[in-house]
Amino acid sequence: MGTNKVSKSKEGSLLSRMTRNQMFIPLAALAALLLFNLILDPSSFAITMDENSAGNPVLSGFLINILDNGSELAILAIGMTLVTAASGGQDISVGAAIAISGSVLLRVLCGSNTRPETLQAPILVAFLVAFVVAMLFGAFNGVLVAVFRIQPMVATLILYTAGRSIASWVNNNELPIIGEPSFGYFGGFIPGIPVPTPIFIAILCLVAIWLVLKFTNLRLYTQSVGINENSAKLNGLNPTFIKILSFVILGACVGVAALIKVSRLATINYGVIAKDIEMDAILAVALGGNALSGGKFNMAASVVGAYVIQCLTTTLYKFKVPSTALPAYKAVVVILLVVLSSPVVRAKLSALAPQAKRKEAA
Amino acid sequence: MEENIVLKMRNIHKSFPGVRALQGVDFTLRRGEIHALMGENGAGKSTLIKVLTGVYSKDEGQINLDGKDEAIHSPQDAQRVGISTVYQEITLCPNLSVAENMYIGRGKGAVQNWKKMNADADQILTNLGIPARGSQQLSSCSLAVQQMVAIARAVDTDCKVLILDEPTSSLDEQEVEKLFTLMRDLREKGVGIIFVTHFLDQVYEVCDRITVMRDGKLVGEFVTEELPRVQLVSKMLGKELDDLSDIQGEYSSYEAAEGEAPVFEAKGLYSDSGIKPFDFDIKKGEVNGFTGLLGSGRSESVRAIFGADRVLGGEVKMNGKPVKIAKPIDAMKNGIAYLPEDRKRDGIVGDLSVRDNIILANQVLKGFLKPYKKSETYKIADEYIKLLSIKTASADTPIKSLSGGNQQKVILARWLLTHPEYLILDEPTRGIDVGTKVDIQKLVLKLASEGMSVTFISSELDEMLRTCSRLMVMRDRRMVGELSGEELKQSTVMNTIAGGEK
Repeated sequence: MGTNKVSKSKEGSLLSRMTRNQMFIPLAALAALLLFNLILDPSSFAITMDENSAGNPVLSGFLINILDNGSELAILAIGMTLVTAASGGQDISVGAAIAISGSVLLRVLCGSNTRPETLQAPILVAFLVAFVVAMLFGAFNGVLVAVFRIQPMVATLILYTAGRSIASWVNNNELPIIGEPSFGYFGGFIPGIPVPTPIFIAILCLVAIWLVLKFTNLRLYTQSVGINENSAKLNGLNPTFIKILSFVILGACVGVAALIKVSRLATINYGVIAKDIEMDAILAVALGGNALSGGKFNMAASVVGAYVIQCLTTTLYKFKVPSTALPAYKAVVVILLVVLSSPVVRAKLSALAPQAKRKEAA
Repeated sequence: MEENIVLKMRNIHKSFPGVRALQGVDFTLRRGEIHALMGENGAGKSTLIKVLTGVYSKDEGQINLDGKDEAIHSPQDAQRVGISTVYQEITLCPNLSVAENMYIGRGKGAVQNWKKMNADADQILTNLGIPARGSQQLSSCSLAVQQMVAIARAVDTDCKVLILDEPTSSLDEQEVEKLFTLMRDLREKGVGIIFVTHFLDQVYEVCDRITVMRDGKLVGEFVTEELPRVQLVSKMLGKELDDLSDIQGEYSSYEAAEGEAPVFEAKGLYSDSGIKPFDFDIKKGEVNGFTGLLGSGRSESVRAIFGADRVLGGEVKMNGKPVKIAKPIDAMKNGIAYLPEDRKRDGIVGDLSVRDNIILANQVLKGFLKPYKKSETYKIADEYIKLLSIKTASADTPIKSLSGGNQQKVILARWLLTHPEYLILDEPTRGIDVGTKVDIQKLVLKLASEGMSVTFISSELDEMLRTCSRLMVMRDRRMVGELSGEELKQSTVMNTIAGGEK
């Protein structure tokens, strides 16, 4: 208890410590959105056991829906956070890169036939090929940014513009469809397991990055390069390599997200797949209170930010907001969140807390 | 006397989380006076200046300018009432032109006459004898010229109070002399000048009065002529200073074994920074230095040794064995450490904590897959904070919120942690108070006595003569001499720097 007291007098009241924490805004936003749902429709938290078309028992409900559909975004938020921290810029080609990676995946599975009776290659092989392709495109962006020192947004604009054309060119502009049910496991359910597979994949990725951040110096190196490249270099780091590495990691995230996306559809729609997902990923990073100018980052806050965005999207769908009007509604909430998490408002918030305390004392 | 006062600050208080930076400080400035503001690092000089210029808002106290109470809430307010500032660290925009930097934020309308602006800027620069053109990009000027542009900008605004916050730390002697001429001119015109510096010589050369601060409190205001140096120093430190002149005798010099190969040896080394190939060596336990005017190539030489610039040629040996040093990491692996000249640009990683800044270099050496345990990092940080008496609220404080001298100590701690065989210190004492300066000099000699080789660079010749047993003299990016033993006298060094043949 004694130590508790000391830290309290040093750090201010519990409230001010909470508001100063970077996790506060995204968690509060998530709580507020869930509360909103709970009040308007208490049944929305119900999780029911249904049967899907294949006759397997599966969990369904609002919460499951958020976790399921938020998987790709949460995975991408990991890579986007690192790219932002290291390069002080963002990758806007993520959606297009998913289209390419997904297209490559299908191409390998189908071979030359767009409606194959049997798969032409094991799914694992196809995934690995698509995964490597995604990382190569990440490295391409990384080289433009780190070696040629092009602004990240401008550099990735190239792939943003060209990506979906490349994706459709990979399959000769045809739309392959996979009939094989096991391919659908990655975006749907594995027979006998009632939890959607994307949730497992997302957890796997999150655990992986947690382990990497814990057992390597990725965090220290990335932050050092993002804050002061000159100093980083004089401390023996190679800023060029670290920036490229961050883009390659984002590429890896893209590869995994692409697998989930095409598995959900069992096909691909070059123009629409993962459309605007890069903006949501960047937003997740920003909502997590991470500076988009790079430097220090909080991975957990970004990931929570991703689920906040998915929660918002799912909520809007649930209340039957037409999909054309969706972005407008989303924008309103996002403005609110971003303003709340801005340094100006945060400073005001944490100034409020000690005042409350002083009043108490008086 | 009373009506001669241009600025009166009374009972100024300012606190930051965990630190009471200013406690009831008074300050008085008269018209046509050069007034030195002195104190150790963290004494509150910079904070007082920032309160006066509206960068920080004060918690308590009055600021009275020309008999009127002024509320200064922003640097714009300060400029409006006639307070101009040149900060210690250059705060201009390197990617704009010199003229743009001089006129930025001062235009009245939306339209800017670029031609006239450049012409005006050229006029002022010529008048002040600053070797730059208005249309030149600022980053293409040397650090010294950039500083002088900042002064030109401050002087050009019609000011009553001119604040110079360590403007001379990056200037060489001639440039300082030019600046002093300028300051005296301005004094004649009735401008009150607040001069913050660590150089005692400069204080006694130009200042009329001295205000001393210590630990956020006012120690007193003195007329320069009535305050002997020793007393000034002891007032700043709050204790009597031990004799500065002979610290070398306190440490036994390390005796290298006969015939032992030098720790580091370079032949014909040169880099893309424009220095001519040079030969250099350093023995175990030796302290030597590079000297020369600013821009003579002394920093570039040590950067070439560390691989900080692109090395274009030359042979390098460590302990007699040929090695290849192309990048900083190569140098680090060979036991070389380098504390860079420009702390803000090349040294600190601003947003990271003191702890992360201390472990950074050694962590890189340990490798990507072998991070320190968190508890270990705290132990190391606490150890070095204590060892070098770094003033910081905690090990988790971002380094950028520390004062300059303490930032420097953190960077020093970073390199000491790597236990280098050969330590290069480029201007480690720049912008640092007298007490810390002596501490660092003593530390250098102590390390050398334990067998570490140290190369020391400083703009202050005194300091070099006090610590180094051998000096490499640089001129125009060329090594022009090597002095040791009896030759280590101020006059000999000066002559060699200047290129006098006798």
